[in-house]
Parts: sequence; structure tokens; C-alpha cells
Amino acid sequence: MTSVLPFDAEAFRARFPILGQPVRDGKPLVYLDSAATTQKPVEVLDNQRDYYTTMNANVHRGIHRLAELATEHYENARVKVARFIGAPDPRSIVFTRGTTEAINLVAQSWGRAHLTPGDTVVLTAMEHHSNIVPWQLVAATTGAKLAYIPFTPEGELDLAAFERLMQGPVKLVALTHMSNVLGTINPVESIIAAAHRAGAVVLVDGAQSVPFMPIDVAAMDCDFLAFSGHKMMAPTGIGVLYAKPALLEAMPPFLGGGEMISKVTLESSTWAEIPHKFEAGTPNIAGTIGLGAAIDVYEAMDRDGARRHEEALTAYAIERLMEVDGLILRGRAARRGGAVSFSIAGVHPHDIAHFVDQDGIAVRAGHMCAQPLIRQLGETALTRASLYFYNTRADIDALVASLLRVKRFFDRAP
Amino acid sequence: MHLDEIYQEIILDHYKHPRHFGKIPDGQAMVDEENPTCGDHIKLNAAVADGTLLDVVVECAGCAICTASSSMMAEKVIGRPVAEVRDLIARFNGMMRGGAELSDDELGDLTALKGVRKYPLRIKCCTMAWHGLDAALNQLKA
Ligand SMILES: Cc1ncc(COP(=O)(O)O)c(C=O)c1O
Repeated sequence: MTSVLPFDAEAFRARFPILGQPVRDGKPLVYLDSAATTQKPVEVLDNQRDYYTTMNANVHRGIHRLAELATEHYENARVKVARFIGAPDPRSIVFTRGTTEAINLVAQSWGRAHLTPGDTVVLTAMEHHSNIVPWQLVAATTGAKLAYIPFTPEGELDLAAFERLMQGPVKLVALTHMSNVLGTINPVESIIAAAHRAGAVVLVDGAQSVPFMPIDVAAMDCDFLAFSGHKMMAPTGIGVLYAKPALLEAMPPFLGGGEMISKVTLESSTWAEIPHKFEAGTPNIAGTIGLGAAIDVYEAMDRDGARRHEEALTAYAIERLMEVDGLILRGRAARRGGAVSFSIAGVHPHDIAHFVDQDGIAVRAGHMCAQPLIRQLGETALTRASLYFYNTRADIDALVASLLRVKRFFDRAP
Repeated sequence: MHLDEIYQEIILDHYKHPRHFGKIPDGQAMVDEENPTCGDHIKLNAAVADGTLLDVVVECAGCAICTASSSMMAEKVIGRPVAEVRDLIARFNGMMRGGAELSDDELGDLTALKGVRKYPLRIKCCTMAWHGLDAALNQLKA
């Protein structure tokens, strides 16, 4: 590898034009909602313009020069994604619209083919709705049952409860690698090993972890990994399902149409080879190539340094948030990422988000697509500040100053 | 911060001291609605006799805007003929969606909610209780 400059958050930040854009009457934007979606660097923005100005064409169709270029870049993105997550075989990479579609693909294709009445699918109580609802749908059609690994007050999975659940007829375990609410990084390696010992396959929701930390699917040994490009600097509408090739080979198609077939007659059809069997219709070509460009940015940077920066900033954020009287931090796992959720006594999250927005600060308020988790915490909504590599201490200081004003305002009210 | 535009004293007052609020046991609410984008949760019961809205009880786990709107609504509508209340619901919701403005005289305390129209993502907070009351009145009619 060529030498990489040590991570410099200010220099990194300067590559995201939107972060220099004022909001709400000229206030500098403080973007603390990257767990929802990250901003895009110039490399990805330029790439999108380049794609449409130099090679726009449909892929795997036509033999003209543009079709050739677009197809080459599209397939090259697949190779980049495979290398990025340590997948030995690019055929194990299926492009989807995002994490949600990737999980639905597994639920509908693998799930309908393998789940029978009496089987159990084990999830966790900290899942995003996109890793709950697809399983509820497939459970309703197959008669399989769902069971949930609970989490402790600190926000860590209860591994003893997991061991007990695994005594049953479990066919699949699907869990998030990193909680988008609590920040918890789950011990997926040991969970996968235990699930495999019990004969179950494992799907890992990497929507939050893949953007943040290096992932090696071969070492992790997950059977499926789902993630979204838009949470890692790429455009919206592009995501990835990684699956072990043998599983993909045996799975029936999810969507039918062009691109995914080998031969079509009026009576029946045969399927294309994997991964194309799972990519029906014209894919998100620009988005896929944009994901490749985002991966180039990751590979050109000091990833360890970036991660250390985000970890230090998360610790700083937690420390500073504690200065706000009545603030309760939700999620105190020992291993965690940069999603920091909290409540403040006497002020509803929606009001908090509205107030800080007046100061140009973007945070998330609500249930963050994890209603069961929020309910377990005894809340209906939380406020979340979530970090990415481009955030700095100044962003946290601005948030805390604004929160202190919010708190004073509501305390003073009649 | 231009807080006062929407967080006026009167809104904070209703938020901290909501009127006509009460705990409604699970399964005993005529209307039980959640705003899926933010988690605001409203339960509502209404009682009607001889064409008059006799009572409204709200249980709201929501933001200041949602709570204040519920509380002000209850104050405004209790004791009035159902037909008038329905008309007010339609015109209030219409105003919040950008339709004709109601006069400050007619709105009273509710005038304070006009500022919320500037924030499209929060209009739902404002109209939730009104939709809830509408649904309750539909049930009573049926
Ligand atoms: C943990 C987790 N899983 C799944 C998703 C769904 O991702 P998407 O909406 O991109 O499909 C998200 C983000 O929204 C997430 O944070």
C-alpha cells in the first residue's frame, strides 16, 4: 500500500461541500445525523457527474462503447465492495436499494424456501424495524416463530438468554452489528460461532458498522451481511447484500424481470448466474459506481486514525452531554460507535430537535425506527446525535451550548 | 434563537399544565394514535349528548406543540354543538395545511399555533389531536 497521511478531521471535513453551507438564517451547519445518512465528499459528487457526462448507458445490454464502459465500472464497483468487506468472491455481492431491501431479499427468498412451522428466527430487541418487519412478514406466511435476545440496562445483549434461545429449533439469527440508537457494538463473532454450532445461519445488519469499522466477512463468518451506501458517503438508493455463494446459488429469485434471467419462454424461465439472478431490472448504475467511489475514499484514508478520532469524539460527546442537568444517556455499552441517544427530563425530543435546529444543529428525534427498543427504555422517543469522521469537538460544543439553552428555556417556563 | 415564534408562553403554559388531560387505561380509548415519524402518542375519549360535545379527555405523550394543541383544543370545543366542532376541526386542519386563515378572535389561545405552519415537519404535531377528535366524533355518530 502507498503511504497514507494520518487522519486529519478538518482536512477530511473540507471535502464535504454541504458542511460549509449555512442554514437557518446564516448559521453554520452542525450536522449530527450521520447515522441517518452521511454527507457526500467531492470525490463522490464528481464521480456522479462524471458518470452521467461520460458513460451513462444501461449495463449488461448492448455492445456499444458507452454500454461497455458503464458495465465495466458497474462490475468494478462489485469487485471493490467485495475487497472492502473481505469477501473472497465478488459473486457474493448483490446490489440492492439498501439494507432494507437486502434483508427483505433474504427473508423472502431464503426465508420462504427454508422456514417451516415450528422453526424459530432469533432477532434482538435492539433491531431497526428493517430487521424486524421483514421477518414478521415471512413468519406470517411460513408459520415460523420469532424470538428476541433481550438487552441489559447498559444496552448490551444478554448472551445467557441468547444461549438459552439457541437450545430451540433455530434456523436463522439476524442481528445488528451496531445499534443505531444505543451505539452498542454487538459481539457478532461469538454469536455467529454459537449459531453455527447450533446449525443456524446468521444475517448481520451492518448498516451502522460497515461505515465505521473495517469488516472482514471471511473472518467474521457471517452468512449474510446487509448495508447501505448512503450511510458511508455514497448516494442514496444503493446498498449491498453479501451472502456466501453457496447460499445464493440455492436461493430462489426475489424479484423477476430483465437482467436476472438466462432464458425466457412463454411457459417458464431459467435464471442467470449469481449474483445477477438477484438483480432484476435496470439497477442503480450511477449509485453503484458512486459506492465504488466512496470505497476509494475509505481506502485512501487512514481508517484506523479516522476510527480513533470518532471514538475519542464519542467519549468527548458523552462527557460534555453530562453537563446538561437532567440528561439521561441511553446506551452505555463498553464497545460502542458514534450514535449517542439521550433524553432530557421535562423536554420532549421533538422540542429539543426543533430548538437546536434553530441554531443550525441537525439531530434526530423520535423512535429512530426502533420502537420496540424505545418502548423497553420506557420512552416514546429519544434525541440522537450521531457522529461521522468529519465531526469535530466544535460540533459537540455547539450542541451542548444549545442544549443548555433549551434546558434553561423550559425550566424557566411557567 | 427565534424561539418565541412558536414556543410562546401560552404554549408552554398548556404544555406544563395541560387541561382536560387524564390517564386513559389501555384498551379504553376511543382513539389511540401514534405519529410514526416522531413517536407522539395520543389517546382520546369524547362524550356527546343531544348534539353537544360534553367532554373530551386526552392522554398525550408528545412534544410541547402536540400537548399544547390537544389541551387548547379541548378547552375550545367542550360544551359546543358537535356540528360547530366538526366545522372548526376542518377549518383548523385546513389552515395548518396552508388553507384559509382563521381569525385570532375565533382561535383565542390557538392563535399561538399559527407559527407552526412555518415548520412543515411539525404540522402533524399540531393536528394530531384534531384528527383524533374527528375520529372519535365519527365513532359516536356511527
Ligand atoms: C441498524 C440499521 N439497520 C437498517 C437500517 C435501514 O437502512 P436503509 O434505510 O438504508 O435501508 C438502518 C438505517 O436507517 C440502520 O441504522
